[in-house]
Amino acid sequence: MNIGFTLNGRTVRVEVGPSERLLDVLRERLGLTGTKEGCGEGECGACSIIMNGMLVNSCLIPAFQADNSKIETIEGVVETAIGKAIVDSFAECGAVQCGFCTPGFVVAGAALFRENPDPTEEDVRVALSGNLCRCTGYSKLVEGVLIAARKLKERK
Amino acid sequence: MAVGKSVVRVDARSKATGKAVYVADMFMPGMLIGKVLRSEFPRGKIVRLDVKKARSIHGVHAVLTADDIPGKNVCHVVFEDMPLLATGEVRYVGEPIALIAAETEAAAQLAIEAVELDIEPLGILIDPEKYNSPDSPILFGEDNIFAHHKIRRGDIENAFAQSDTIIERVYRTTYQEHAYLETQGMLAVPTAEGGIDVYGTMQCPFYVHGAVSDVTGLAQSRVRIVQTTTGGAFGGKEDVPSLVAGWASVLALAAKRPVKLILGRTEDFVSMSKRHPSRVEVKLGATKDGKLTAAGIDILFDGGAYATLSPVVLWRGTVHSCGPYRIPAVRVDARAVATNKVPCGAYRGFGSPQTLFAIESAIDELAEKIGMDPVRIREINHLRRGDETVTGQKLGESVGLQECLERAITESDYYNLREKLHGRNGPVKRGVGISTIFYGVGLGAGGTHFARSGAYVGIQPDGSVQFAVGTTEMGQGMRTVLGQIVAEAFGIPFERVYCLPVDSSRVPDSGPTVASRATTMSGRAILVACSTLKGNLAGVIAPEWGVSPKAITFGENCAFRTDNPAKRISWNDLVERAFAQKVVLTIVGYDSSPPTSWDEDSGQGDAYVIYAWAVNVAQVAVDTRTGVVRVEKLWAAHDVGKAINPTLVEGQIEGGSVQGLGYALTEEYIIDKNGIPMNPRLSFYHIPTTVDAPEIHPIIVESAYSEGPFGAKGFGEQPLMGIAPAVANAVFDAAGIRLREQPFLPERVWPKLKKGAR
Ligand code: FES
Ligand code: FES
Repeated sequence: MNIGFTLNGRTVRVEVGPSERLLDVLRERLGLTGTKEGCGEGECGACSIIMNGMLVNSCLIPAFQADNSKIETIEGVVETAIGKAIVDSFAECGAVQCGFCTPGFVVAGAALFRENPDPTEEDVRVALSGNLCRCTGYSKLVEGVLIAARKLKERK
Repeated sequence: MAVGKSVVRVDARSKATGKAVYVADMFMPGMLIGKVLRSEFPRGKIVRLDVKKARSIHGVHAVLTADDIPGKNVCHVVFEDMPLLATGEVRYVGEPIALIAAETEAAAQLAIEAVELDIEPLGILIDPEKYNSPDSPILFGEDNIFAHHKIRRGDIENAFAQSDTIIERVYRTTYQEHAYLETQGMLAVPTAEGGIDVYGTMQCPFYVHGAVSDVTGLAQSRVRIVQTTTGGAFGGKEDVPSLVAGWASVLALAAKRPVKLILGRTEDFVSMSKRHPSRVEVKLGATKDGKLTAAGIDILFDGGAYATLSPVVLWRGTVHSCGPYRIPAVRVDARAVATNKVPCGAYRGFGSPQTLFAIESAIDELAEKIGMDPVRIREINHLRRGDETVTGQKLGESVGLQECLERAITESDYYNLREKLHGRNGPVKRGVGISTIFYGVGLGAGGTHFARSGAYVGIQPDGSVQFAVGTTEMGQGMRTVLGQIVAEAFGIPFERVYCLPVDSSRVPDSGPTVASRATTMSGRAILVACSTLKGNLAGVIAPEWGVSPKAITFGENCAFRTDNPAKRISWNDLVERAFAQKVVLTIVGYDSSPPTSWDEDSGQGDAYVIYAWAVNVAQVAVDTRTGVVRVEKLWAAHDVGKAINPTLVEGQIEGGSVQGLGYALTEEYIIDKNGIPMNPRLSFYHIPTTVDAPEIHPIIVESAYSEGPFGAKGFGEQPLMGIAPAVANAVFDAAGIRLREQPFLPERVWPKLKKGAR
């Protein structure tokens, strides 16, 4: 079937199969490979995207459900002030190791800030608990999100 | 100064923005999807394997069995016992039998289903402790033993007879899955001139290089291996990528098209290597004032269906089995045996987390029996400079254990903290535990033939520098750390240096990226190259200054006279002049480890050239109503020689500690008594999340290693290794129960709480 949606601010139309996952459509047809597949079953958050304002795992979403929706992937998130701030603080505080989980964490952090621009450490830990990272032990990821929140607040 | 500074890692932004290219992100015209048909039986005879129907499916370009492999059907690791594809017999659930290359996932799946396969079940061996029981089948050699290592030191019988206190205990550990976020994957591309290029996620490009040449029958000169951005490895991408690359390569050659083969998560779980399950029996003797007198240790590792890396993993486990202590009489017997389960292999710590869990728990149990504080018994016995290890190696420099211990105790405020936590009442009991460990850096006597490394360093006409090494970046930050070493050697800013991706055609075989050896080994090769290049550059200006090239120093973006620093020339000007004079500014540096001495029969000799050291202090909370153990705080002191990049060192400590925490508390991969994997997915195999990770206090100790680049020695594996025993010891401190089997899940903890079992 033919579906249309807003992807990172632009309208796109694609032909999708009935059993196709949104993750594959984004990666393989639309060339947006920043969204990763770590598990394919909603457990790791590497495939995190923002759909109609909500943080979701794109590996669990049938592509046809994206029809008429508004989707933001890592490629779009990093063009926003929030996304840039998170990437900067992740880089500076050493939150990136193998990097396979990192786009998912950036997207999850951005989704958190839209709801709660001034999160506590506890808020951050809970908001990121759907994203797995095997490399960092999370300390610097959590710290990175908190630093980004502070910087964004100062800028206002 | 570039060394010692926490520069931002080179790949941070490309990764965080999603631009970094992992193998799954690569697409090529005409590219096919590769798939593997695997055994569902733990052991059986292949009585029928017919792929005709599968080949005729629309969109399928190749279906291959063992008979279609153009080269040798083998994946060489330590022995040549593991085939690329099963022939005759399958030996574990998940063993590869046939390969498919198709235009789409769907066509590949149809082809898998269309393969006509009959397997006749054979008798199985699942419990490693039954390896020598008469009704177990023989899976390897004559006795199912992949390897047997020993340590013999002193008069053990006499030493036990003279001991005031003796304890005997048995400890068990189970599998650990690497759970790298990026699963295994390779893209093989046939070249127009009959060779093959292979791109993929890996730790050891030169293993892959050899393996692809073996199975394709192509000359090594026609095989090129390029490492793509690698999404975590932890040992899990040491030997098994050779299989994945082998499969993709034979498919690509048969189909004459690029083939991308990415494992699904469950497939990866079922078929790729794991940490060896173990049973470790420890007998320890001591005098009444706590001096260790004797250690008798019996180790059994479950190796799985093929030997793969078991002999060397076991060797490291053996050498580390007595902990970082002075013990005059020692007898260790270690065996790795065959079972009908997935082959176990390398995982961060490489056999040592199992034996360290045993010895570090046993030391605490011994202290308790003597009535001594766990810290005190360690202070009395731990290795110091000038001491001999249990393999008879005299320790020279860089023995930072004492400083690690002192700092971990001070920074955690160990004694006061314990008292404070014990003073609290309520159903949640809190306590503190400690572990002291060590790690032999590099391959050691068990792998001297691999112990070499090369580095290409090329100064560009504009004065920037590019370099390449044969060890790999898998997330640990190697490219950044080595860039800092290059910058420091030339005295130029870090930003002017760039590390190229690993390509087997660019650098000489540098051995594997394992054993925490990348910084030290590639660092040394880099320094060899830089020193030659500096000599060449100095030769350009020396005659004019009337000094020998040796009297010229590089630093501050300049070269200057050592005796008169005012006499100087800028780096860029000097490079420009060197180019004009056609001086060689591109070179390959090469280094090999100093040889170690080793006697396999007695297990005596210099096991490793240098050791890293660590002390962990864990604060835990044990909920006596539920049996849930939580680690609340962790102090981890590591002697790394020199922290080239402190933030990256902290990252290794934090990440490794949390992996160790998963090993201690929640990670349990179950293969049932019929050989069937029970929980091969991330939703049933629980790795720690943001809410499980404790507050971690990394403590960096720098006891310089004179042969290491700027004093550095490798340590990346060490943070995982001592967590489980520190947690077990803390649980004992909190609740008075002794956990001798990891992971410490509530169902294991709660019954002991109920019984008050020691
Ligand atoms: S790939 Fe979607 S949650 Fe893991
Ligand atoms: S950085 Fe490797 S999984 Fe998070």
